[in-house]
Amino acid sequence: MKPAAFEHLRPDTADAVAGLLSPEAKVIAGGQSLGPMLNLRLARPARLVGLGAVASLRDIREENGMIVLGAAVSHARIEDGDSPVALPPMLRHVARGIAYRAVRNRGTIGGSLAHADPAADWIAALTALGAQIVLRSAAGTDRRVAMPGFVQGAYRTALGPDEIIAAVEVPAAMRDALWGYDKLCRKVGEFADAIGAVALHPASGHVRLVSGATGAGPLVLAEAGADLARSARHPGSPALRDALAAALPGTDPVKLRLLATALSRAIAKVLPA
Amino acid sequence: MTSGIGARVPRKEDARHLNGKAQFVGDIKIAGCWEAAFVRSPLAHARLRGIAKPAGFEDRVFTAEDMADLRPIRCESTLPSYKVSDYPALASGKVRHVGECIAICIAPTRAEAEDLAEAVAVDLEPLVPIAGIDTALGPDAPRVHEDWDDNLFLTTRHDGDLSGAKARAAVVIERSYETARQAMNPMEGKGVLAHWDHRADQLVVHTSTQVPHLIRTGLSDCLGLDQAQVRVIAPDVGGGFGYKCVLQPEELSVSWVARRTGRAIRWTEDRREHLTAGANTRQHRYKLTAYADGEGRLLGLDADIWVDVGAYSVWPFTACLEAAQAGGNLPGPYDLGAYACRTYSVATNKPGFTPYRGVARPGVCFAMELTLDAIARAVGKDPLEVRCLNLVQGAAMPYTNVTGKYYDSGDYPAAARAAGEMIGADTFRARKEAAAAEGRLIGLGYACFTEQSAHGTKVFAAWGLPMVPGYEQAMVKLAPSGAVEIRSGNHSFGQGLETTIAQVACDWLKLDISRVKVTMGDTGLTPYSTGAYASRGMVMAGGAVSKASEELARRLRLHGAHLLQCEPEETEIRDGAVWKGQASASFAEIADAWYLHPDRLPEDVDTAGLEVTEGYKPDIDTGLFTYATHAAIVEVDPESGRTQILDYVIFEDCGRRVNPMILEGQSYGGAAQGIGSALFEETLYDGAAQPLTSTLADYILPGPAELPHFRLGHSETPSPHSRHGIKGVGEGAAIAPAGAIVNAINDALAPLGAELTRIPATPHRVLGAILDASAAREAAE
Repeated sequence: MKPAAFEHLRPDTADAVAGLLSPEAKVIAGGQSLGPMLNLRLARPARLVGLGAVASLRDIREENGMIVLGAAVSHARIEDGDSPVALPPMLRHVARGIAYRAVRNRGTIGGSLAHADPAADWIAALTALGAQIVLRSAAGTDRRVAMPGFVQGAYRTALGPDEIIAAVEVPAAMRDALWGYDKLCRKVGEFADAIGAVALHPASGHVRLVSGATGAGPLVLAEAGADLARSARHPGSPALRDALAAALPGTDPVKLRLLATALSRAIAKVLPA
Repeated sequence: MTSGIGARVPRKEDARHLNGKAQFVGDIKIAGCWEAAFVRSPLAHARLRGIAKPAGFEDRVFTAEDMADLRPIRCESTLPSYKVSDYPALASGKVRHVGECIAICIAPTRAEAEDLAEAVAVDLEPLVPIAGIDTALGPDAPRVHEDWDDNLFLTTRHDGDLSGAKARAAVVIERSYETARQAMNPMEGKGVLAHWDHRADQLVVHTSTQVPHLIRTGLSDCLGLDQAQVRVIAPDVGGGFGYKCVLQPEELSVSWVARRTGRAIRWTEDRREHLTAGANTRQHRYKLTAYADGEGRLLGLDADIWVDVGAYSVWPFTACLEAAQAGGNLPGPYDLGAYACRTYSVATNKPGFTPYRGVARPGVCFAMELTLDAIARAVGKDPLEVRCLNLVQGAAMPYTNVTGKYYDSGDYPAAARAAGEMIGADTFRARKEAAAAEGRLIGLGYACFTEQSAHGTKVFAAWGLPMVPGYEQAMVKLAPSGAVEIRSGNHSFGQGLETTIAQVACDWLKLDISRVKVTMGDTGLTPYSTGAYASRGMVMAGGAVSKASEELARRLRLHGAHLLQCEPEETEIRDGAVWKGQASASFAEIADAWYLHPDRLPEDVDTAGLEVTEGYKPDIDTGLFTYATHAAIVEVDPESGRTQILDYVIFEDCGRRVNPMILEGQSYGGAAQGIGSALFEETLYDGAAQPLTSTLADYILPGPAELPHFRLGHSETPSPHSRHGIKGVGEGAAIAPAGAIVNAINDALAPLGAELTRIPATPHRVLGAILDASAAREAAE
């Protein structure tokens, strides 16, 4: 279980990273997903472009009403609140539940998004928080893609062939959001069988009910969310089951029940069932 | 003396382990050593039409064709109906499971060896894969071994007469049970490093094994070398559990290549190889019919047991030990009137099957204990009462059961009641009702078992195995410094034998354990032993050390008496010296006299000296039976299917406890593995027999957060048949958790009408059972 040979480059600016991209290259940050795939030879890039020397990708700052997290910020820093600006409590809570501390020390928020494992935490949590992803191209231009649109399916994203994730932007208002997050795992630290994520910010009219670990990208339950915003009441587990069954036809009933349970429990942290 | 039998002595081996100074196969450095990687089959069943070595690397890639002089692993058995299969080190003609070795590639580093392995082109013609028992036994099933007339390694029968039981039964319980296929996952996988030592004219093989002397025997047979030309060294070994008690095809290939090339060659199993290609274990299927009277007393049991043993028979335990043991052990600790059982060892296109901690008994205990709970529910009695009614009673000991097992000593109902008391059985129903009032589902479950340990010559001979253990030998000597050296051909790989056999010596020689040096695992330095398996190490190696230490003590008193100018009968041993009254001769002085100043000894001194080798086996071959009851309280979350263990109790009797602390560690570790079987671990295959659980992200092992705080209780009923009354205990705690936990889950689920009969009881299965029961209720309304 040793990787095939590859060339390892460590440029020191984000633009230089984007400039080194090619179909034979792969970006590596913490390596917590890519590392095992290299060792299993499931990923066989000729060239690995490391982000470790790009200081700007580890910045956290606030600008234009957004909290901007560099793509190479580790889960552990978010968990610890190791940031010059206050982080939304939901971010810190979600970070704390990712895998194990050893993984969180190395793994990064941008790496998790780029990998887009359907059972991962960030794609669901950042969707609930209404985050947008900043993509930097080799030409040095940025574009922004809102969650959940960034994730296009299991392990598929909106990243272009010459783009890297530069940053994640979360509305600063989310510091005051009402939120709930629940995940069901076979054991502590494993990828989830079901995720429920909810964030409400009445003042800005933000409401997001998200079902994660569906097997594809995170699922936004818009109608149930709108009902919840109107009624300010927990929709109840049977209603959530029906909404999920309608949105995910063909899903095995046990999986549907797990998804409904996680979502119901996430909402119950905001509104009693 | 504080270091003797019964003392909680810290383990001698822990300092090196905790300081990262242990030496495993992967740590050994030999100049010029190359690494090996295997080309493994991507298909479960295929004809091997050709292998093309990459151009320019023909001398670094070896196939079965190159190894024509290497004999396959061939496991004979004297059991009637047993079918012999050849297990070649490298596939020849056909591949029979995904991961089977096809070629071995060598290079200066493992990564380069893996590059080379990728460049080997293998031409395979797919054959219909046999992914499970049903396919294997189907009318037109292809054959795993084409010269056989079916896919059965072995069938066995117990033909008891059930007519009386059927006639008298007030309750008939029929159930089918299934236990998952598992991988054992020792922390260190297999590893082997072989080189030819020209000075010794020996092949020296470092390998991660529980049975170094057996591997030496097996290797020399297959390689065509005299045993004197093979030295096997098991260095530090990072867990065995049965995985490392058989001759491995990789041990053969690596040894052959080392001999052929003159290079030191190492292969280290990685986790993917372990999970997809290494030996599997545990997969059973049961169909049981139990007959009981209105009180819940078992009158008879009728059973069919299928074991999916994969493609090959392992040496020396064969593909059939598991099913034979399952048939023999199903009645467990219970007094069963009549018993009929048929077992089937079924060949499939999966890796071969190796006995794992508990050998068959985790499966039979699960099946039997769920059946007892079903009987208790049917007659409306408490499951603990039904168990106490059916267990072999203390007054009946010694007792020979319906399959001929000789239970040497103990009080099984007392252990069951003690576990019930520890878990709070008398107040549990009230606790359960209170939880129900809060909408919570909790349940209590029990499982009882016996653990046959250190069974010997006659039992193994009856199993028809190619290897029959006899007298275990150990050497104990007084070194010139006055320290004591022990040499044993058994091995210590986590179970603490390095410490506990030293404690036995300390018991006789009355010295601190720091003065005892233990050498194990090296065939060049130790007397022959068949090794560590079947919970035999403590009884057998401990017994041999005890006998040798007793004799050494006698000789020390003889020499000491001469130095003290008295009769040996007037002396005693304490504090590392021989004493007469206030006068003493230290062990160092006695050693100095024998080794360096023989002028101080009389002319007629006993020339046997201060080095003693003794052989030992208990005075019965039928084994010493440790026994225990486990009790678990669980909470089941009906919305997620998740099971949480709220309390877990083990009440155990393993005879005399040599080191209670090590015993507790064995209990925790075994129970943790049992919880893995109960709730988490499952090696999955698809319909083409392709493994689906190839990393630890797919094969879920319990971690610290999933394990309860175990509470232990003990009684000590010394065996009348072993030295010091010791019984083996290494396997026991892994046997009962699935039975206890799933009984507790079923107790919790009873109000919902759901019952589980399959492990692991994953959230998916528990939730599925709840949804099915709910659908069935709705359909009935």
